[in-house]
Amino acid sequence: MTTLFEKIGGQASVDAAIDPFYRRVLADPYVSRFFEGVDMAKQAEKQRGFLTMAFGGPHSYTGKDMREGHRHLVQNMGLNGTHFDQILAHIRSTLASLGVSEELITEAIAIAESTRADVLDL
Amino acid sequence: MPDITFEGIKYDCATDETVLDSLTRHGVLLPSGCRSGSCHACKVKAVKGKPPEASQTGLKDTLKAQHYFLACMCKPEEEIEIALADSSESFSSTIIEKLWLNETVLKIKLTRPDGFQYQAGQFINLSRSSDQLVRSYSLASIASDDFLELHIKRVPDGRMSNWLCDELQTGDTISFFGPSGSCFYVQDNIEQPLLLAGTGTGLAPLYGIARDAIQAGHTGPIHLFYASHHAEGLYYADELKALADEYAQLNCTACVLQGEKPAAALSGAVDQAVVNALGDLTGFRVYICGDAPVVEQMQRSFFFAGASMQSIYADAFAFTPEG
Repeated sequence: MTTLFEKIGGQASVDAAIDPFYRRVLADPYVSRFFEGVDMAKQAEKQRGFLTMAFGGPHSYTGKDMREGHRHLVQNMGLNGTHFDQILAHIRSTLASLGVSEELITEAIAIAESTRADVLDL
Repeated sequence: MPDITFEGIKYDCATDETVLDSLTRHGVLLPSGCRSGSCHACKVKAVKGKPPEASQTGLKDTLKAQHYFLACMCKPEEEIEIALADSSESFSSTIIEKLWLNETVLKIKLTRPDGFQYQAGQFINLSRSSDQLVRSYSLASIASDDFLELHIKRVPDGRMSNWLCDELQTGDTISFFGPSGSCFYVQDNIEQPLLLAGTGTGLAPLYGIARDAIQAGHTGPIHLFYASHHAEGLYYADELKALADEYAQLNCTACVLQGEKPAAALSGAVDQAVVNALGDLTGFRVYICGDAPVVEQMQRSFFFAGASMQSIYADAFAFTPEG
């Protein structure tokens, strides 16, 4: 059985997606403020973890991490479902621009979608 | 609330209080610097109890394994007994030379202590013996130099910088610990174009990194941009020109934000000036040093201009007036 992670091209593909994805969200004034930080490299590292997970790859995230890691954004910065949708759209377009098939994109989005309740602290 | 034991005495630690703040409140002064987890001046060791993971962020695995943690980042979750970090990484050095590079930047040359190893571009933490005041300064020298070189920016009301500028004399000794920092050249892909961009005394580590890269045999183009608010804030123009004349792969360009500028200098915001000059930064390895807000702005602009986040090395300086 081939996993999504293998089909999509493994860690190399995730790594190739990080910069374009991070550029997209930083360039989008609707969501950029959630991704700006004193340490951009650390922020990019977090996106790496998130994309690895969305691609079905090995990751160390737990629902609790997701919840606690985003709680300050929900409570202090108004992170909500429309922002989450916007991020999913950016993942979609990033993958499409890298030539990932619609079928695999749908799989990746489904995994990312599964974190919604934790990310938004619902 | 968990207690902190230090040198046989127990101190209470309030909710949301760090080990550093708690001990300070009790009148126990640990060495400290940035108070934000970057300078590692307040690194201490947990003898009993487990420090929270967040307080070990940025420490080497070897140090984590020995239960070292940063007191300024540690909000203890359980009783903890701490000890000062081994003093083995502390060095003593003699001032060889003090030379003003412009109105507010002082070059200090120090003897290089035996056994002190570092990478050009890293920083050391100077410690004033009278009150344990600690501040970080980047090294402008390279490992093969038999001296250490620092560029000290005089900060208005800055306790350390004014002391270094006015009180400390040639022939005096000063102690420091380190090195710290991960903004340095690694010999890999020697044909890769390098971009080195800095403001103010951000030039110090970049000067070191440029010389280090050249010495390591880097053949790809090295573009060094050094920026300042005004022309008077620039320094090292002659040194940089001499270096660039000697090594064809090196290109040095000054950039001034406002006012009059030297003939060959660029004007305006440095991040935009660099992008205008170099265009697409895809494939570049990038080193950025200097004032934190400008460093962030450059990181962002260079990233958007095509540099990969993995290839951007940044060292943001915090200037601490009074603090």
